[in-house]
Amino acid sequence: MRRKLTPYLLALPGWAWLAMFFVVPIAGMVSLSLTSGNVITGFYQTFNVGNYLDAITLYSEQLVRSLLYGLGATLICIVIGYPAAYWIAFHGGKHKSTYLLLILLPFFVSFVLRTISWKFTLSDNGVVLGTLKSIGLLPADFAVLNTAPAVVLGLAYNFLPFMVLPIYAVLERMDHRVVEAAHDLYASKLQAFLRVVLPISLPGVFAGGLMTFIPTTADYVNASVLGGPGNTMIGSIVQTQYLVNNDYPIAAAITFVLMGVLLIGIFSYARALGTERVMEVQAK
Amino acid sequence: MHKNPLLRGMTQARYGRRDMLKFSAMAAAGYGLAACGVSGQKQKAVAEEDFWQGKKETGSLTFANWPLYIDPKRTQLKQFTKATGISVDYREDVQDIAAFAGKLQPQLANGDYTGYDLIVLTNGLELARFLALGYLAPLDHEQMPNFTKNLGQSYRDNSYDPGNKHTAPYASGITGIAYNPKYVDREITSIADLWDPKFKGKVGMMSDPQEIANFGLLLNGVEPAESTKKDWQAAADKLMKQRDDGIVRSYYAQDFVQPLTNGDVWLTMAWSGDIYQQNAEAGTDLKFVVPEEGATIWTDLMCIPTTSKAAVDSLKLIDFLYRPEIAAGLTEYITYIPPVPKAQDILRAQAQQASGAERKDLEQLVESPLVFPTDEDYSRLHNYVSIEPGKENSFTSVFHAVTQA
Repeated sequence: MRRKLTPYLLALPGWAWLAMFFVVPIAGMVSLSLTSGNVITGFYQTFNVGNYLDAITLYSEQLVRSLLYGLGATLICIVIGYPAAYWIAFHGGKHKSTYLLLILLPFFVSFVLRTISWKFTLSDNGVVLGTLKSIGLLPADFAVLNTAPAVVLGLAYNFLPFMVLPIYAVLERMDHRVVEAAHDLYASKLQAFLRVVLPISLPGVFAGGLMTFIPTTADYVNASVLGGPGNTMIGSIVQTQYLVNNDYPIAAAITFVLMGVLLIGIFSYARALGTERVMEVQAK
Repeated sequence: MHKNPLLRGMTQARYGRRDMLKFSAMAAAGYGLAACGVSGQKQKAVAEEDFWQGKKETGSLTFANWPLYIDPKRTQLKQFTKATGISVDYREDVQDIAAFAGKLQPQLANGDYTGYDLIVLTNGLELARFLALGYLAPLDHEQMPNFTKNLGQSYRDNSYDPGNKHTAPYASGITGIAYNPKYVDREITSIADLWDPKFKGKVGMMSDPQEIANFGLLLNGVEPAESTKKDWQAAADKLMKQRDDGIVRSYYAQDFVQPLTNGDVWLTMAWSGDIYQQNAEAGTDLKFVVPEEGATIWTDLMCIPTTSKAAVDSLKLIDFLYRPEIAAGLTEYITYIPPVPKAQDILRAQAQQASGAERKDLEQLVESPLVFPTDEDYSRLHNYVSIEPGKENSFTSVFHAVTQA
C-alpha cells in the first residue's frame, strides 16, 4: 500500500505548487481576459471575446516582431553556444567547471544592469563604435544602439547560458567511444560529427532552444533599453497595458495570445526536431 | 509500458473517467473565478478626523521617491531624524510614475500595505486616478504648521488637488528641450527644432503620453488644458511623422541625460533640473531651453497612501521639508522649483556670505529662471492635459500608438 502511494506523495508538493501558483492564477487571468470595464468602475465578467480580437488586431505587428527577435536570438545562441559547449565538453579537460563558471559569471550581475552596460558599449561614440569610427572603418553616422540588431544581440547575450548548459549536459554525458567507433568505420571527422555527435546532442539543442526562445520572445527589458522607435516587443505592450493603462483584460488577452502562439510554435518545433526521436536517442 | 500509474500518466496522454471529472472540477473552479471579475477597486473615502484618530508615531517610515531627488548623503533626511528621532528608509523606487502607480494599484485596491508610507506622484493622470479611487489619506493641516505657513501661493491655487487636501508639493519642474552644443551648432529655440530633418536619428523624445502629448499640442499651437480628442489625434499625427521620418532616436522614460552627454542624441525633451544637475556634477555644458511655443510645468507631490503604516511620521516629514532652510538646502542640490518661495531669500543670503566658486554657483541658482521662474516665465508654462479618471485610455492609447510602435 505504502509503496503504491509513494510516487503520489512525492509528487504532491510539485502538484500543489503548480496548482497554487500556476493553475489558479492562469484561471484567474483567463477569467480576467474576458471582462469589460475600467479600473475606476471595476472589471465585470461579460465573456467579452472582443479583447482577444483587439489583442490580435492592435498588436499583431509587435507579436510577429517579438517572435522574429526571439527566433533570431535563439539562432545566434545556437551558433555561439554550440561550439562553446562542444569545446568545454570535449576539450575542457580538468578545468571544465571553471569554463562553465565563466559562462555563468555574467549571471552574477543584475539582468537590467547587464543590459544597460550594453548601452554604454554600443553608444555611437563609445569604446567600440567610437574606435572603429576614428580609424575610419565605419561611417560617422553609423549606429547600433536603438536598432533591431541591438535588441536581438542583447537578447542573445542575456540568454546564452540557457543554451550552453543543456547542450553541454548532453555532450558531457555522451559515451566518447561512439565517436571512436565511427572513426573505426571510416567516418571522417565531419561525418562523425554530423552523423553521430550532432544527433546525440539534439535533445540538448531542443531544450536550449526552448529555454532561450520562450523567455526572449516575451522579454521586455532589452527592447526598452536597447531598442528605438519601431522595436517595441509584445512584453512591453503587456507591461504598458497592465501597469500604465491598468487595462487588465487586454493585457491578459495579449498574454494568452502570446502563449497560444508560442505553444503552437513549440509543438511544430517538437514535431520537426522530433521529441520522439529525442526520447529514442536518450533511451539508447 | 510503464507499470507505475503515475509515470504512465505523465508520459502518456490517456484521459480516463477520473480525469474527465478532474477537468470538469477545474473548469467549475475557473467558472467560479470567472463569475467574480475584478471589482471593487475603489476604497471608501475616509474623513480626515477618522483617518488620523488613534494614529501614532512609529519612529520610522519608508519614503518612495525619484532617483537624484535628494543629495546622496540624504542631508535633509538626516536633519529630520536628528530633529524628531524618526528614521527614514528612503528608496529611489520611482522611475516612471505610471508604472509605479500601476504597481501599487492592486495592493491599494485590496486595502493592503504597499511597503511605502510616503510616496511621490506627479500631478497627472495617475494622481487623478488615485484621488478618485480614494487611495490617498487626507492631510491634517493642523499638524503641519510649516506647510500651511510656507507653501507658495501658486501651489495653493492648483487644479489637481484643490485646497491641497491630499497632496503636498515636493518640487516642480519644467519639461523643455535640452541640447548638447558639442554636436548642435546652432541655438535651439523651438519645439519645431525637434522635427528638423538635419537632426535625423539624433532626437530624443519622452515616452510618457502626457509629456509627449504636450509637445505635439504646443507645436500645433493648442493649449493642452483645453485640448480635445481631435487635437490629440492631430498632435499624434505630427509625432508619428517625426518618428516615421527617422528623426526620433528613442523614447525615454527618464534616462535621457546619459545619451545626451554621450552624443547618442543631440537634442531631447528633458526635465530642467536633471540638466542643471548634470552640468554641475559632470562639468558638461548641456543647454536647456523653454521653447518659444511654450513648455510643460509639472509638480511632484508627496502623498500618504491610506494603507500607510507610519502616517504620522510621514506627515511630520512633509512638514519638516517645508521649513524654509530645509527647502533651501534641498533646492541647492536638486535644482528644481521649490514650493517654498522663502527658499530663494535664504539661498540669496547664503550666496552673499559665500565666496569664490560657491558664491557663483549659488548666485546662478538664485537667478535661474528654471529654478525660480518669474510670473512672465510662468505664463509660458502649461499643465498636462487632464482627463477624467477611468477615461484615460481614450487619451493614452493615441500617444502609445506613437511611442510603442
